[in-house]
Amino acid sequence: MEEARVLSGEHEEHTSTGLPTTKIAMWIFLSSECLLFGALISTYLLYRGRSTVGPYPHDVFDIPYTSVSSFVLLFSSLTMVLSLSALQRGEIRRFRIWTLTTALLGVTFIGGQIYEFATFAKEGLKLNTNLFGSTFFTLTGFHGAHVTVGILMLLTLVGLSFLGKLPKEKALGVEMVGLYWHFVDIVWIIIFTVIYLIPDPSSGQVTFS
Amino acid sequence: MMRQEPEKTKPPAPVAEEEGSGVGTPLRAREHTETHHPGPKQYVTIAAILGLITAAEVGVYYVESLRDLLVFLLLGMMVVKFALVVLWFMHVRFDNPGYGRIFATGLALAATVYVIVLLTFGVFS
Repeated sequence: MEEARVLSGEHEEHTSTGLPTTKIAMWIFLSSECLLFGALISTYLLYRGRSTVGPYPHDVFDIPYTSVSSFVLLFSSLTMVLSLSALQRGEIRRFRIWTLTTALLGVTFIGGQIYEFATFAKEGLKLNTNLFGSTFFTLTGFHGAHVTVGILMLLTLVGLSFLGKLPKEKALGVEMVGLYWHFVDIVWIIIFTVIYLIPDPSSGQVTFS
Repeated sequence: MMRQEPEKTKPPAPVAEEEGSGVGTPLRAREHTETHHPGPKQYVTIAAILGLITAAEVGVYYVESLRDLLVFLLLGMMVVKFALVVLWFMHVRFDNPGYGRIFATGLALAATVYVIVLLTFGVFS
């Protein structure tokens, strides 16, 4: 295969594909993450409605509250692309503002999730209470851990920019973090619909309050 | 006065492949497909659409008359939101198609494996 030179970061990288290997690796990683979250969502669906003791989903879910969390995470995807766009144009100050905003929105989402978990625990739902608790906390906990890793990466980017180590030419690194962040967002899009909004068919206990 | 011939412009140098054809696409084609990301206005428009769809999802959840269609409506809106984020925010629509193919492979594999598992255990029945 013809060898091509790819501009990746501050130096030109030689690749046989003509594509930056970092970006290919990130897409392969995200592709494998589909299998991880697919397994967790499938496990939740498999045990859905099979809990023999409460609390059940309709006892603890607060849809308006989770909707706000969803809006927050969705909005953070917008600030993430604006951050990348700013760095690609060489606007380092805007890049920092948008990246910090994205991290702040991520922290807000995680704060909301911690509050939600604490509320569920107060209502008697813990990891070992029933099948719903085990599968729900495992799935959303893994997602929350991913968001936390994303926040750390965003803060690292801001730190690097203040050290002058993140010029316009290194926008590919920001794009990688952005891809990860958007992936976390699309996983939440699925979780919000499948876990929170679609009612449990086997229980027949759907609230439309 | 002599009439001046309009200056003939040189045709652009031929590009190996104008459209990216996946991993292995020559460098120039890659540049063509990777440098045209949307601008901030387009991103805001997409985010507004995503926000509206999310609002519609929550709204539909509370409409009792749509209870029979609820699952289909919610899944439909979820797919649209998923596609918008992947195509626009993750730039799959604008980048080399090879990236999208890598992601689609993992997604299709996951969907196939887990749908088979769920069907085996009679989750949808």
